[in-house]
Amino acid sequence: MNDSVPESMGPADARPRGAFERALASGRPVVTCEISTGDGADPEVVRRRGRLVRDHVDAVNVPDNTAGIPHMSGVAAAAILAQDGIEPILHVTCRDRNRLALQSDLLGAAALGVRNVLCLTGDHMVHGDHPDAKPVFDIDSMQLVRLARRLTDEGRYLSGREIKSRPALFVGAVENPFAPPYDFRPTRLLKKQEAGAQFIQTQIIFNVDRFAAFMTRVRDLGIDRRLPILAGVAPLRSARTARHMRDNVPGMEVPEDLVRRMDQAGDDRARREEEGIRICVEIIERLRAIPGIAGFHVMPIHWEEAVGEIVRRAGLVPARTAQRPDVDTQRLIPATAAPSSASKEHRS
Amino acid sequence: MAIHIPSRVVRFFKERPRLTRALDRTIAPFEAVSKKLAFGCRMCGQCILHETGLTCPMGCPKTLRNGPCGGVRMNGHCEVVPDMMCVWVKAERRSRLLPWRGTLLKIQPALDWSLKGSSSWVNLLAGVHDKGADR
Repeated sequence: MNDSVPESMGPADARPRGAFERALASGRPVVTCEISTGDGADPEVVRRRGRLVRDHVDAVNVPDNTAGIPHMSGVAAAAILAQDGIEPILHVTCRDRNRLALQSDLLGAAALGVRNVLCLTGDHMVHGDHPDAKPVFDIDSMQLVRLARRLTDEGRYLSGREIKSRPALFVGAVENPFAPPYDFRPTRLLKKQEAGAQFIQTQIIFNVDRFAAFMTRVRDLGIDRRLPILAGVAPLRSARTARHMRDNVPGMEVPEDLVRRMDQAGDDRARREEEGIRICVEIIERLRAIPGIAGFHVMPIHWEEAVGEIVRRAGLVPARTAQRPDVDTQRLIPATAAPSSASKEHRS
Repeated sequence: MAIHIPSRVVRFFKERPRLTRALDRTIAPFEAVSKKLAFGCRMCGQCILHETGLTCPMGCPKTLRNGPCGGVRMNGHCEVVPDMMCVWVKAERRSRLLPWRGTLLKIQPALDWSLKGSSSWVNLLAGVHDKGADR
């Protein structure tokens, strides 16, 4: 773990800070997780998922039409979470919106109490259920990072026009160490830092050795000292999920021994889910030994119930739990059935 | 590595918009054919081939100009077009062979889509090349 707080977290600017940013500045390992935004217009679905994870994490990621499948708008879902007192991290992708829509969405999100935005390229729609849609990709994730920082720091639109009341965004970006060209990945992270990224969340890590090699290069470039990096982890729910991720999700690397372990856990639900959580916690333990990581980002892939158990077993303490001793973190929340499909959004 | 055009030349074309347009109409078809054959050019009008290892980034289905997305397959192929090598895998490999270095590190500005289809050579001379809104 990082002993020192990254430079980007310094008290240089007077911008108001959200709970997530303050958590990163505290220097303790920070935990975030992703929830699904709900496959319809019911706000209660988002609230229920938020409640499942709120006491276990510092902030909750709200994806943007993951895998090119339409869901409730991320801005709306993030605003619902913010109303509930949960700190959202809004994913903003370049797939569906041009620079006008991106700017208005960033301002709209800020107006609704969303401070943290995660800038991504976005999964291509060929893998979703609307492969015939027109891909937008007007600007890319690098330019989106710079755009979000420009709105916040300079108070100007991309056109140069002044914003009457500027947003106070905390801008994040992602990196996937598990997709070629491997040598270029740390360099691309450096570019994102130079573009103005203030935190990083990575793709799901199953191959810890490759991630360790990536982090070695990241430390050589000094990136970990300048911005906090949250390592992405996910619990496997079954051998079928593991195979699906390995074979059908480009940019995802699932080592053979993990697939074998999930196979050995068998078909019994309690056993395979227990094995999946155990593997996830083991990966977190191994990641903790790698210097330069500021915390963890759990992507439960429709299995929000697992987040509390993973965080508890890994011994991670988010702010809310620390403040609220009445929260019973020992309780194992029973898992409910949900179809599993691999989250892809963190790849790009 | 930035291509430098003397300000005299830029001013010359700036002051003669009709000549510039005529030149663009004449040159664009030749540029399109020659660069299409050599580099698979998509005529974005703001050529950065020399900064991306002589690999056209507009061949990327996501038209990424700042590096690969996170969906590159383990074999280095594109997630959208499985039988195509990722343009950024190629760009990264080729850029090592070029005498100039570090160009992949440059943050490319947002594309000016209004220049699509025009000649980037003429745009370069006329000073409208590489002038992204977020520079």
